[in-house]
Amino acid sequence: MQIDNRTTKILIGLGVVLLILIGRLFYVQIINENYKVDADNNSMTRELIYPPRGVIYDRNGLLLVGNSIRYDILVTPREVKAFDTLALAEALDTTADFIRARMDYYHRYRTRIGWQTLPFLKMVPQEAYMRFAEEQFLYPGFKAQVRTMREYPFNAGGNLLGYTSEVSPEYIADHPDYKAGDYYGRTGLEAAREEDLRGKKGWHIYQRDSRGRQKDPYHGGDFDVEAEPGKDIVTTIDARLQQYGQQLMAGKKGSVVAIEPSTGEILAMISSPGIDVEVLSEFGRHYDRLRQDKNKPLYNRAVSASYPPGSIFKLVNGLVGLEDGVLQPWMQYPCYNGFVYTSSGRKLGCHSHRTPLNLEEAVMMSCNGYFCYVFKSILENPEYGNTEAAYKHWREMVMSFGFGRKLESDFPSELSGNIPSADYYNRIYRKGHWRFPTIVSLSIGQGEILTTPLQIANLAAIMANRGYYYIPHVVKASEGVEIDPKYYKRQYTLVDTLQFPKVIKGMWRAVNSFNDGATANAAYVPGLNVCGKTGTAQNPHGKDNSVFICFAPMDNPKIAVAAYVENAGFGGSWACPIASLLLEKYLRGEISENRKDLERRVVNTKLIR
Amino acid sequence: MEEGVLDRGLRNTVDWRLIVLYLVITLFGWVNIYAAVQSAEPSSIFDLSCNCGKQAIWILGALVIAALTLFVINPYFWDTVCKPAYGIILVLLVMVIFMSNNVKGSHSWFELGPVKFQPAEVSKITTSLLLAWLMSRPNFRISNWRHALLAAAVVLVPMLVIIAESETGSALVYAGFIFVMYREGLSGWWLVMLGVAILLFVLTIRVGWWLALILLVILCVSYVLLYAGKSISLRHRRFIIRNAILGFAAGVTLILAADIFFNRVLKDYQRERIEVLLGMKEDLRGVGYNVHQSLIAIGSGGLLGKGYLQGTQTTFGFVPEQSTDFIFCTVGEEWGFVGSLLLIVMYGLLIFWIIQDSERARNASTRIYGYCVASCFFMHLAINIGMTLGLMPVIGIPLPLFSYGGSSLWAFTLLLFIFIALERQEKKYF
Repeated sequence: MQIDNRTTKILIGLGVVLLILIGRLFYVQIINENYKVDADNNSMTRELIYPPRGVIYDRNGLLLVGNSIRYDILVTPREVKAFDTLALAEALDTTADFIRARMDYYHRYRTRIGWQTLPFLKMVPQEAYMRFAEEQFLYPGFKAQVRTMREYPFNAGGNLLGYTSEVSPEYIADHPDYKAGDYYGRTGLEAAREEDLRGKKGWHIYQRDSRGRQKDPYHGGDFDVEAEPGKDIVTTIDARLQQYGQQLMAGKKGSVVAIEPSTGEILAMISSPGIDVEVLSEFGRHYDRLRQDKNKPLYNRAVSASYPPGSIFKLVNGLVGLEDGVLQPWMQYPCYNGFVYTSSGRKLGCHSHRTPLNLEEAVMMSCNGYFCYVFKSILENPEYGNTEAAYKHWREMVMSFGFGRKLESDFPSELSGNIPSADYYNRIYRKGHWRFPTIVSLSIGQGEILTTPLQIANLAAIMANRGYYYIPHVVKASEGVEIDPKYYKRQYTLVDTLQFPKVIKGMWRAVNSFNDGATANAAYVPGLNVCGKTGTAQNPHGKDNSVFICFAPMDNPKIAVAAYVENAGFGGSWACPIASLLLEKYLRGEISENRKDLERRVVNTKLIR
Repeated sequence: MEEGVLDRGLRNTVDWRLIVLYLVITLFGWVNIYAAVQSAEPSSIFDLSCNCGKQAIWILGALVIAALTLFVINPYFWDTVCKPAYGIILVLLVMVIFMSNNVKGSHSWFELGPVKFQPAEVSKITTSLLLAWLMSRPNFRISNWRHALLAAAVVLVPMLVIIAESETGSALVYAGFIFVMYREGLSGWWLVMLGVAILLFVLTIRVGWWLALILLVILCVSYVLLYAGKSISLRHRRFIIRNAILGFAAGVTLILAADIFFNRVLKDYQRERIEVLLGMKEDLRGVGYNVHQSLIAIGSGGLLGKGYLQGTQTTFGFVPEQSTDFIFCTVGEEWGFVGSLLLIVMYGLLIFWIIQDSERARNASTRIYGYCVASCFFMHLAINIGMTLGLMPVIGIPLPLFSYGGSSLWAFTLLLFIFIALERQEKKYF
């Protein structure tokens, strides 16, 4: 054989290519174990182990959301032998037709299914499983897998907790780490803390022979992964308070939010009408009915509804006026049933009361005229030269109270409300063509201003803290569960803390001063030193909305509450009793004798038809 | 031996090693086809309704073809017939585009009742024969541009027609003929350039044109430094620099063209397959499915395999095309690394012995034809096994002699036995 240079090179090339193939073969077959334990590997069976989802506690350790054991019945069609369809149907609480249809389906797609194990019946309750387990030997190919289902021992916070459901194909497409059959939190806390709650799935790998019979654990179980249970969540919610709030709001439309001012922890968050926890565990069955309900029970008004705040907003305007130096507590303004703001005599009305009033009295009596003067002097402050600049300054101050933007709470679907921008008015009225009279309704929290009940409750917390707040949140840090450090940070408003007591005096008198024109006497609880402010916001759809914010005790407050009741009329009529009852319940544990009548009246009144 | 030079017997003239290897590979293929189509309900290996039963018939036919080639047909016949045969097959290749039904997007099969026939398989033989005839002409010089172009045309014409049939895989096999030309004196630079072109193409579509460009600059500069530095003559230096500039220009054109080619010329499924291969796309349910399943099947075989008919992946239809293009999965799963290694070694030996025999041949045409046979086997082997191992894009070409399919088996039988007959002819009369 005459081997010249080129032949040698060709043979070396041949050898190299063959060695590459052999090397790759060696890697795939000997070195790399992944292909042997891959989920698609038919020579192994994977038994999935679902982790129990984390449970949810209230702030006092009461279980709000627990788990109950359920079973998925799985089937490996290839292993199924002839069986008594009726008996199995009876054991599993289903129909023989259903079973026959499933078996036909498996037969039709037998080549595609191969040795795969498929879900046959999902979330079978314990009793049915026990019946099945007793005679399981009669049904080769069928087996059960432990699952957990949500259980709600305490009827509190349906809208807040949210619900879980099985992942949809669309969801899997966006979240590749979920597989068909997994559950995930759709709304509320379940969605917000999904990462903590879900846990990690585990699996055991067994070998099987070419006939599909299951054999020993693969590699002695070295590749098995144990399931990691989901982390438990402790909420800031006081379940009993939440439940009491739901009772108070029964038959009324609106929202009540209670916050612990010293931490920003949300104690109760009620949206009414809401959903009962009973529907949560099998949400799919109730979804259509709830969705079509004209009172929108699925909608969490506490964070997703935007309302005009009404007179409670006078507190903010008063504080901004004080901070700007255009208002002093001793300043008195006249009010004769309103404030005339155009030369043609247009008037923003007010109720009858004595005149003139100083700041404290104006807060106590909720005088519209007074706060028109206040807002006028803010916008016409010579320091800013023109209305637009003054307005921008005012807006910046207001937004520091958490209005017109998201509070960045840990709760999903929070809305930002609206504090209109100067540009907005420039667009509507042309630049330079709008002044104080154009936007006079902002003085009293009407007009374009929109706020969520959460933002209003946050205002109550700011008043309670005299000038700062913690971002309201519903999850407490607990073992293994961290919360964002921002929830520990004081958020100061742009108004100096020294200005607050001047307004708070008025809030105290609104509740505790009798026969003095005070607006919120219904909130008076002896010895609690409640401070509050009513609001009555115009509602284009029917009666005015009733609004009330309060906190107590006056010094070192423990709770701040906001109540917003739609179409309930004057703020003192419904929102005030509801908020004060909630507050009393929290601070005292029970309602005092002389307020029981009030409580009964509130609980038994239905304002929605 | 003691017999006369002019009358040496079959025993001494035929390369029995090749025939034994041929039989072993073909029969091993057959039992693996049986394993691949075996479902939960076992059937006989001779069951004519399944691929393994049909393959038995193809094998019998192939043996007849082998015997005819070896004992009946005068090897000179191939010399005479090579030109008309090349022409006829070329016409068939073109005709099939218009006359065939669409089989998985390609137009390459003639259907006559139950018999299907793919002219592209036979075209390898006619191309090899014509190439051997052309390049063994006494006045043929590959260094002569016109001669080289003529040889290239012999290969490129059927190749382009096959591309037009959308059988890119089969066409790729023709690239192997460059090794034949290299053996016959083609400059090694052509091989280097082909390699660089593939590298630039992959880099352009995988990473980006800029990296391909950087590589191109580095290659051109190092070429100049390496070769121009050594040379003393000014003329030679100019020659080197001119080459570098030409090479650079060609490279830039290729990088630009690669982008256009990849995005415009390639069909969607071809582009996807390349993207999956290059790891640009993870698609285990779609295009990547085949390769993923194939790797699991092979990987699960381990060192010794699961044993014959004990495979779980290939038996239940998880690997598509398992008796044809992905037959190697069955070997990997059931016979393990040892069995797969043995099969690759057998192919390696087959190719090596063909090359060895070719080098021994006195006749240039036998040698060239032998190299053509070796290249065809080599390209099929590398592409097919490379594909099942995820080293090559999924382009459906069979494993020679092993995969199910009459056209392919008969074509490779004829290809190989013509060589054995030519070789025998020489030993017999020289």
